[in-house]
Amino acid sequence: MKTKKNVLYGLYDDEQDLLKAVKASNERGLKIMDVYSPFPIHGLDPLLGLKESRLHIAGFIFGLTGSLTAFLFMSWIYKIDWPNVFGGKPYWPVPAFIPITFELTVLFSGVGMVITYFIINGLSMKTETEVLHDRISDDKFCLAYDVTGTAGEHAGTLESFLKETGASFVSTKEMSDL
Amino acid sequence: MSSHVSSIREPLVFGNKSYHNITEDLVGPTEKTPGKLWMAMFILAIGVLAMGVYAVTYTIYYGIGAWNLNRTIGWGWDITNFVWWIGIGHAGTLISAILLLFRQRWRTGVNRAAEAMTIFAVMCAAMFPLIHVGRAWDVFFFFPYPNTRGPLWPNFVSPLLWDVFAISTYFTISVLFWYTGLVPDFATIRDRAKGWRKKMYSALSFGWKGSAKNWQRFESVSLVLAGLATPLVLSVHTIVSFDFATSVIPGWHTTIFPPYFVAGAVFSGFAMVLTLMLITRKILHLEDYITVNHIESMNKIILVTGSIVGVAYITELAIAWYSGYVYEQFAFLNRAKGIYWWSYFGMMFNNVVIPQLFWFKKIRVSVAWTFFLSILVNVGMWFERFVIISTSIARDYLPSAWSYYIPTGIEIMIYIGTFGLFFTLFLGFTRVAPVVAIAEVKSILKDYGDQYLEKKQENI
Repeated sequence: MKTKKNVLYGLYDDEQDLLKAVKASNERGLKIMDVYSPFPIHGLDPLLGLKESRLHIAGFIFGLTGSLTAFLFMSWIYKIDWPNVFGGKPYWPVPAFIPITFELTVLFSGVGMVITYFIINGLSMKTETEVLHDRISDDKFCLAYDVTGTAGEHAGTLESFLKETGASFVSTKEMSDL
Repeated sequence: MSSHVSSIREPLVFGNKSYHNITEDLVGPTEKTPGKLWMAMFILAIGVLAMGVYAVTYTIYYGIGAWNLNRTIGWGWDITNFVWWIGIGHAGTLISAILLLFRQRWRTGVNRAAEAMTIFAVMCAAMFPLIHVGRAWDVFFFFPYPNTRGPLWPNFVSPLLWDVFAISTYFTISVLFWYTGLVPDFATIRDRAKGWRKKMYSALSFGWKGSAKNWQRFESVSLVLAGLATPLVLSVHTIVSFDFATSVIPGWHTTIFPPYFVAGAVFSGFAMVLTLMLITRKILHLEDYITVNHIESMNKIILVTGSIVGVAYITELAIAWYSGYVYEQFAFLNRAKGIYWWSYFGMMFNNVVIPQLFWFKKIRVSVAWTFFLSILVNVGMWFERFVIISTSIARDYLPSAWSYYIPTGIEIMIYIGTFGLFFTLFLGFTRVAPVVAIAEVKSILKDYGDQYLEKKQENI
């Protein structure tokens, strides 16, 4: 069952203002829930303490699966399932396997990685859209705090903090806790 | 970030845009009722598509006898069109993948439309191998599925089968790359939409939120996909060229084919991107986003790849002479002086002479010239494929088997019909999705917006 949480958020007009606000928030030890933006902001990840994505490792494993699938499948066909004999010699044309092996490496890696990407991000056609503010995908940069169950005082401090750092709009919204 | 960009760079976004302006301008076309010009073009495209559907249906019903191919000339307009469309389909991935790896920021203005173009061009291309087998309903025999005939497997050492794998992989990866990039932009449309459009774009945008972790993974997946797509795009036309290069037909049996085909593909792909972008920017009023600087950059690529293609033609001739092999020498002499001399002339003139005009800056930055020359380049590249494929086999080893080939009306209708398919899909795309990648343009605005660059120049 999904639980609800209260989110207090502020919208900034410029990504530089937001970066400054995140820094200030870290200095004061305020726990940021998340940052939402219309495009990737460079230099934000270390401030939020986000580790580097491991998607490329997944991509590598999927790619390896593809190479092995293609190479072993073709080898099985030529060696075991339907062996050809030319000039009295067995036929295992490895160089001619390279193109298909390469293509399946790319195919498995790409498809696997994109599916992984959508799953770990919780994105799907059925995902209910839940955004804090409609302008976040347009031109506003959003800094959000989780204020569920905290005293009104705490929310008040956060609110004045957001306003001090230049947020042009501050509000609260209930979101489902994922 | 901004510190890495020279202040004397040419702006890529004009018109003193704010982030909100970008959203308005780029989402706008999907929200308004289409203009008269768009409607006229869409109706025309559907009409041409209907003609193509008729011709393809006719071919499937009556068989390949509906075409003028004969025992000597087994590949005519069908495979020419296939190779031509596949070549055009190279520019999208080249722009989005290779230019992403090279950190060419100008790609942000054109990558979305170029990727769409790639996908539609590959669809047009893929149709030809499917119908040229004659029994299109048996086409699944291409794939290695467990069957009751042995199982009898396809020939894994044939370039024709490699082609099946290369093109289906290329299509899949291009679609994924394109859609992954579209998700955040669909979210932008969703957050502005109401009613049924809101529902549609909610589904299309997969519930995208734009959180910091979302964007981090987005960048990671884009980069790796670009890294995968770069060798992929080179492999596709390499493998298409193997269809010819691994044969023993004089004029086809050439080791230069893979790089030469790839250069030609990029050449024709960029020409088609230009043709299409110049029309799109006019219809959708995107002059501030697809700027003269973008056009010039693409013209430079056309100049480079066109010169590579020119060098390849001359190398081919020189090697034919140097080989001392009479059949090879005859094949090349026959291209220039034989019955198909006009297609050879069309190829040489449009592919070697015409792109050299882009040495002049005046022509590179002129929209009218670029539009005209980009069409000539496409014509030239079509001739190139025709020259390689049909003239080589029209005059083979046995003079008694020599033949001549002109297409039937049905073949011409199929070819023109592919334009109907291509433009129907592309025009549809301009209504449903933003033709310029919104998030990507926003991310370069502070480095390449005209107002920001002006400020920087004042500070020098």
